Amino acid sequence: MKYFILTATILSLSLLFSEQLSAQIAVKGDLVYTVSGDPIENGIVLISKDGKIERVGSQARVSVPDGYEIREAAVVTPGIIDTRSVVGLAGILNIDHDQDQLERSSPFQPELRAIDAYNAREDLVVWLRNLGVTTIHTGHGPGALASGQTMIAKTWGNTVEAALVDSVTMVSFTLGSSVGANYGGNPGTRSRTVAMLRAEFIKAQEYMNKMNSGQAPSRDLKMETMVRVLKGEVRAMIMANRVTEIMSALRLQREFGFQLVLEGAAEAYLIMDELKEAGVHIILHPTMVRTNGEMTNAAFTTAGKLYRAGIPFTFQSGFESYVPKTRVVHYEAAIAVANGLPHDAGLRALTLDAAQFLGISDRTGSLEVGKDADIVLWEGDPFEYISRVCTVIINGQIASDSCR
Amino acid sequence: MYRLLIISTVMLLSLFLAAHAQEQTIAFTGATIYPISSEPIENGVLVIRNGKIESVGREGSVRIPRNAEVIDVTGKILMPGLVDTHSHIGGGDGGDRSSALHPDVRIVDAIDVRSDTFKKARTGGVTTVNVMPGSGHLLSGQTIYLKLRDARTVYDMIIQDPALHDGFAGGIKMANGTNPLRQPPFPGTRAKSAAMQRNLFIEAQEYQRRITEAGNDASKRPARNLRLEPIVEALEGKRLVHFHTHRHDDILTILRMKREFGFRVVLHHVTDAWIVADEIAAAGVPSSIIVLDTPGGKLEALNLLYKSGRVLEEAGADVSFHTDDGVTDSRLFFRMAAFAVRDGMSREKALEALTLAGARMLDLEDRVGSLERGKDADFIILNGDPFSVYTHVVQTWVDGVKVFDRSNPDHLPFATGGHEVYRGDFFDHYSSGGLE
Repeated sequence: MKYFILTATILSLSLLFSEQLSAQIAVKGDLVYTVSGDPIENGIVLISKDGKIERVGSQARVSVPDGYEIREAAVVTPGIIDTRSVVGLAGILNIDHDQDQLERSSPFQPELRAIDAYNAREDLVVWLRNLGVTTIHTGHGPGALASGQTMIAKTWGNTVEAALVDSVTMVSFTLGSSVGANYGGNPGTRSRTVAMLRAEFIKAQEYMNKMNSGQAPSRDLKMETMVRVLKGEVRAMIMANRVTEIMSALRLQREFGFQLVLEGAAEAYLIMDELKEAGVHIILHPTMVRTNGEMTNAAFTTAGKLYRAGIPFTFQSGFESYVPKTRVVHYEAAIAVANGLPHDAGLRALTLDAAQFLGISDRTGSLEVGKDADIVLWEGDPFEYISRVCTVIINGQIASDSCR
Repeated sequence: MYRLLIISTVMLLSLFLAAHAQEQTIAFTGATIYPISSEPIENGVLVIRNGKIESVGREGSVRIPRNAEVIDVTGKILMPGLVDTHSHIGGGDGGDRSSALHPDVRIVDAIDVRSDTFKKARTGGVTTVNVMPGSGHLLSGQTIYLKLRDARTVYDMIIQDPALHDGFAGGIKMANGTNPLRQPPFPGTRAKSAAMQRNLFIEAQEYQRRITEAGNDASKRPARNLRLEPIVEALEGKRLVHFHTHRHDDILTILRMKREFGFRVVLHHVTDAWIVADEIAAAGVPSSIIVLDTPGGKLEALNLLYKSGRVLEEAGADVSFHTDDGVTDSRLFFRMAAFAVRDGMSREKALEALTLAGARMLDLEDRVGSLERGKDADFIILNGDPFSVYTHVVQTWVDGVKVFDRSNPDHLPFATGGHEVYRGDFFDHYSSGGLE
């Protein structure tokens, strides 16, 4: 009985809460980037009670209905989408207590679910949200043959369930020297790394064949995940930075036919033809990544080159082992825009391209009627260092309301 | 005897440097000039000769010598080269794990002048840098102040300081907080850290007393002590102490130690500066701060917010910035100041923090940090507002010599990166033990 009362209280409180936060809002901007269409000068976005975008247009044509709360800004954009992060699994303290992005007991653990480790209240999530990042593709980090799964979450909501957009989005694989470094020198070489991965894929093929033959094998969480990768239900995101690793990833894809996403790709500019032919999407390394180790040849200009070559790409904040504990994805895009990527392509990569790539463009990524009201209000050009974010709206709710 | 040696070394060095200085008179016209020491000048003229600034002023008010080469930089911004008060470029190292205190270790003995990190820094507009030994000690060693001249050997980059035993301008790198806490012989607690640092200063005071008492009587002079010599220089105010610190109470520990021993100190990183800004200002101690995109990564850095520059400015304390390269990238040094401006620091103070304030914190304000007659011709040319992401440093000049030109295809890759541009030289605080 006591529990019933408690549950009822919590339920009614949460109802009250969402009711209060979902006031109808009208967002006015001197410049509204819908991204799906041309920017609108003196634009307006109306948000319905259920947190969806109700109308988008110019202030001359769309008036604010009675009872709508008004927010105004110089520039309005869709919510920013980070297509590769580890926040929520990786926390701000950087101690064992809050570092769940890499499990070091074994280098091959595709079965690890991001939802079982995501902390929706993590300070880094709050930090990103306040700066305008409304959706993150986050989860297990690079550094293992297969470190585990990733998920998509809004940066709003106090539990993983409340924040969740997609629970199993990709499996994170890594080629390159970091794997051996994290697992006591095993694998010890590039060739061994690929051999170990091939062996796992072949095991998964056999497991799948058994499943298909009607003689269901006893359940194996690793293999179940790998079968989903083989079937193309879950994408394989392979961290590969040097040409050697990128080519290995393409070779693995051809052999096993999975859906490949390349992460990092520091030397992508050396093999544009091959990448274009493979039709592979690149989650490009943070533009400001430190140029050492496998990232030594990273360049500020790569995003611009990928764009001009017509190779699909989006940005990421990636994983940081020390300070700062996370990057901010649109800060990284800004440096690309200052080094040859057109402004509109930069903004699209952070919003609509990202949503389409993640398969969530029915919900977010642009300011269009019917989509979730994920909206950021800026003091000026989103890429300028000194443009603060003053209001962040997620699912039609005001998630942050002071300039930062 | 060794004083004679120093004098001859210094003289030899001056010869080296003279060979590098620019002799042709050059006049830059049309730019908006930020002298930093005075108001911005629209349509300004800068005249340089022999590596020094001959004159700065509004067009028409400055005499351009007839033999001068005139370079039209209309539409550009011209300002002093940036002073990075704390960096790890140059491939150097510092103290090892044998001790928590390494006052005898000099970073100058480990600098690789061909390191591409110097080339990268020039593309960001950095012309003077305090290269710190480090990290993770109570005292990591002697720092070196370098000018980013094109160099064959480290002697082409150093700045002479005849007041110091070895003649090279530099400071002392110290640290408190959690970085130096580890297994013996390192301290295990904050109080132990302070005690070990105080003991070193007390030893140096004693050494200093014996030298003073010996006067000119060489027979009474104590044997040279390489560990204590630089600390005595710090006690005499000839060598600044650059003190890594984060937490508010660690900052106050440094102010307490400064009161006890009277050394001159610059606070570095100063994460909690915004919490104890009034105490810092009252002590008259300058802060060399870092601004990072996101706080955290270690407990001490949880309060690392964009607002420190503003709060210190409001408190009336002197502020400079540093890259701590490789923590942040020298190519993007302006970016850090822009984030301080984002949170309310004035543009004027932020520009001063990148230049003249940094020069003050290295005792180099008579030579660099502003565009004034007689100062070194260290300046940069920008193609837009200093705080805009779209602005690039298009030229960097040191001692009247152009050391970076963005329009030069051999130079540009050092600004943008690319295939086999960098060797991957990198000071990694994480693997050097900064976090342990």
